[in-house]
Amino acid sequence: MATFPEREPVEDIGLDETIKKLTPERIEKTILKVLNEESAARLKVYVNTCVHCGLCSNACHFYNSHDGDVKYAPVSKVKDTLWEMIRKKGRVDGEFIRKASRIAFTECNVCRRCSMYCPFGIDLAYLILTVRRICHLLGVVPQYLQDTVNSHAATLNQMWVKPDEWIDTLQWQEEEQLDEVVGARIPLDREGAEIMYSVIGPEPKFLPQLIGHMDQIMTVAGMSWTVPSLDGWDNSNMAMYSGDFEIMARVERKHYDKALELKVKKIVMGECGHAFRGAAYDGPKWLGWLRPPVPLIHAVEFYYDLIHSGRLKIVKKYEEPITLQDPCNIVRGKGLGNKLRYIMNATCSDFRDVEPRFEHNYCCCAGGGVINCGPPWKTTRVNGNRVKAEQFRATEAKVIVTPCHNCHSGIEDIVSNYKLDMHVKFFCEILVECIEIPESLKV
Amino acid sequence: MGEQQNWDWEVGERLVTDLAEWKKAFSDVYDEVVSPDGEKMGAIVKGEEGLTCCVNGSAWEQTYEKVYSVKFSPDNRLTAITMADDEWTTVVDGAPWEQTYEYVWNLRFAGRGGAIAVQTKGDDGYGICLDGKAWEAGFLQIRDYVLSPDGRRAACSVQTKELAEGDIFGFLEGGWSVAVDGKPWDRNFLNVWGLAFSADGAKVAAEVRLESTVYSIAVDGKPWDASYGCVWEPCFDPKNGQVLAPVKIESGWILACDGKDLWGRSFGQLWRPVFSPDGSRTAAIVSPSFGRWTMAVEGQAWNATFGDAVTDPVFSPDGRRLAAIVKDKNRWTIGVDGAAWGETFDMVWRPVFTPNAKRVLAKVERNGKFALALDGRVVSGEYDGLYDPVIGPEGDRVLVKALDGGKFYRRVLRLGDL
Ligand code: SF4
Ligand code: SF4
Repeated sequence: MATFPEREPVEDIGLDETIKKLTPERIEKTILKVLNEESAARLKVYVNTCVHCGLCSNACHFYNSHDGDVKYAPVSKVKDTLWEMIRKKGRVDGEFIRKASRIAFTECNVCRRCSMYCPFGIDLAYLILTVRRICHLLGVVPQYLQDTVNSHAATLNQMWVKPDEWIDTLQWQEEEQLDEVVGARIPLDREGAEIMYSVIGPEPKFLPQLIGHMDQIMTVAGMSWTVPSLDGWDNSNMAMYSGDFEIMARVERKHYDKALELKVKKIVMGECGHAFRGAAYDGPKWLGWLRPPVPLIHAVEFYYDLIHSGRLKIVKKYEEPITLQDPCNIVRGKGLGNKLRYIMNATCSDFRDVEPRFEHNYCCCAGGGVINCGPPWKTTRVNGNRVKAEQFRATEAKVIVTPCHNCHSGIEDIVSNYKLDMHVKFFCEILVECIEIPESLKV
Repeated sequence: MGEQQNWDWEVGERLVTDLAEWKKAFSDVYDEVVSPDGEKMGAIVKGEEGLTCCVNGSAWEQTYEKVYSVKFSPDNRLTAITMADDEWTTVVDGAPWEQTYEYVWNLRFAGRGGAIAVQTKGDDGYGICLDGKAWEAGFLQIRDYVLSPDGRRAACSVQTKELAEGDIFGFLEGGWSVAVDGKPWDRNFLNVWGLAFSADGAKVAAEVRLESTVYSIAVDGKPWDASYGCVWEPCFDPKNGQVLAPVKIESGWILACDGKDLWGRSFGQLWRPVFSPDGSRTAAIVSPSFGRWTMAVEGQAWNATFGDAVTDPVFSPDGRRLAAIVKDKNRWTIGVDGAAWGETFDMVWRPVFTPNAKRVLAKVERNGKFALALDGRVVSGEYDGLYDPVIGPEGDRVLVKALDGGKFYRRVLRLGDL
């Protein structure tokens, strides 16, 4: 296995084996097609505008966690990949594509923090996604990420969940909740409900209790809601991050088709950041929607509405020292930072905010498809976010709330690697401990 | 299919059932449904013995641990999926199918004969059970399925080859196909989606993925010669059996017919092609410019466009007119022949034409209440619940199935009186 000098070799058949099938002609043709036919005019503007000042460097957790190693500076990651492809007019070799793929998929979370630090607002994440698009078209994508995308394609969910497994999980969670709360049914395919609730594939696979928590929250708040029993229930989208925009679009279209078919007024989605980005922005845009055809509400916003309006009454506060992660896609991307802090303060008596915070917070280093690149790249990911561990340590909290699945899993790894002695929770886990269950709903 | 001419079309109102009575008899009543002819209301009910279904106040004899997917068939039979002693089956008007399974889901109906089908998981794998008759061989996994218009055949996307976790190269060899009546096509694809039967039920078309970035349409397992960057669900021309599908080419999305550009123009997006009943005209939902949606008929887009969505296109019986649900600025209404109704609603349902194509009727929702709108004007009272309105075979009457104060009424009104 050939390596490139400045990085430790990592084996991944998605990169190592796939480059063997590439020809110079195919590489050149693919790069030129993406640059000339698929890319928006902004690509040229970005490339021509960048003055190589390096001001974006300090924005990146990879750069900061590697003590200012210049190869992790955002601009370096673009320079070493896309600029080189442009400079050589697509005449790069398979080994170069492997290197570009490694950088684009495993060393950038497309979190967009760096854009805020660039004096010109250059969207470096967009440039990295363009590299990923080229790598996808050439078939050079990390194995685990590609397998996830294959699952999206075959099953329209992220985790190869079979149709019967999905419904069975819902019925099981409903049964559990019916032991706790009167009438805690999970209404399947109820046409005309106010809300369609959608989740990401890992919930039925690994964290079914989260669906149970939402069942309890919906029931106590007295919401009119439904969950689709058939495909369209999964709102996640790793194809958006692998550069397979056709599969990305197919997944998002199914999600919205389901909502339109069920005639709901809005979609409420579980605690996931990348899924929000795919469903709110990237998916609709590819399909031709300026905005989602059915309004999409992230769980944080939904909890905020329920608590703020008094539909859920907080009768007890969570007491352990607690902090949070601002998921990039809902805080930097959608500005939900204030609502997130509102719900934290409403339910927790010892909330300790992080520094930096809101849109300036660091990415978890798991998002952008990086955690989905799987075990081979775990070290890259964890080493790339020492600053996150330091940030949490400084709060002296015992619990970290992460209203996003990628943040949750990535931060669990950081907690264990940097021995933080903290626990990671979704917000709904806190919420169900704090809400009042009215007498009439007590079993 | 329910023969509508045999339904009661006498003008007048009848109280069919009072849910308050049900609630006295059962500790829980939920998932209410109404028969197409409006003669029956069904629901899941919980009694001392367990769960079952109830029709107009009388419960089925047998009770179950689980009941879901309660629906009336087009010929007015109440159907549900049930589980007792860990065995799942389909129950029709209280009579369970003989065969039981590890799991049953996705209940569907088709055809004049009132065919009923479900997807099943059994000892030998996954399959389909149509009118109680199961497919012979089980598959590793099945996804979506369709029934032929006459309800006699079923086609399903099936996994034909085992794929180990993380086997990204095996995936590229193709492990999915279409099984028709249990028999898979003799060719595999990376993926298959969007199945459709021809009008006579003889052929099946589907979206297929030939390579990671190459898509096409296959008919009975044979892909078109042309391939594309992306495709959406195909459909059959009812008059000649040709296959139409939206496909993506460099300039945008076009409507392709057996691989050729049918309309000679492209759109930013194009999906859901539909045919007029006689097959002489085609229409599709299109996006003529980014963020705007409308209908195109024979390639000609309506002038009016909508910002949020267009869904459910419906041709009039004579094929001359076209209506669809349209949504702009988060308000819903109906678009007919290029113009939207003046009034907007919180939600609207699929429009229906009168048999003479002159008038368009739709169920609408405002402030949590439901009503009927005719040619853009609310013409009925407001109800707590309203089920799909049906225009009588003579075209002069409408069947209104309404829930009001917990009571379910069947009303037949004269259209002319509205
Ligand atoms: S990880 Fe975030 S900050 Fe770093 S280069 Fe990528 S988008 Fe920029
Ligand atoms: S801050 Fe902006 S202009 Fe400066 S190097 Fe980074 S991307 Fe280029």
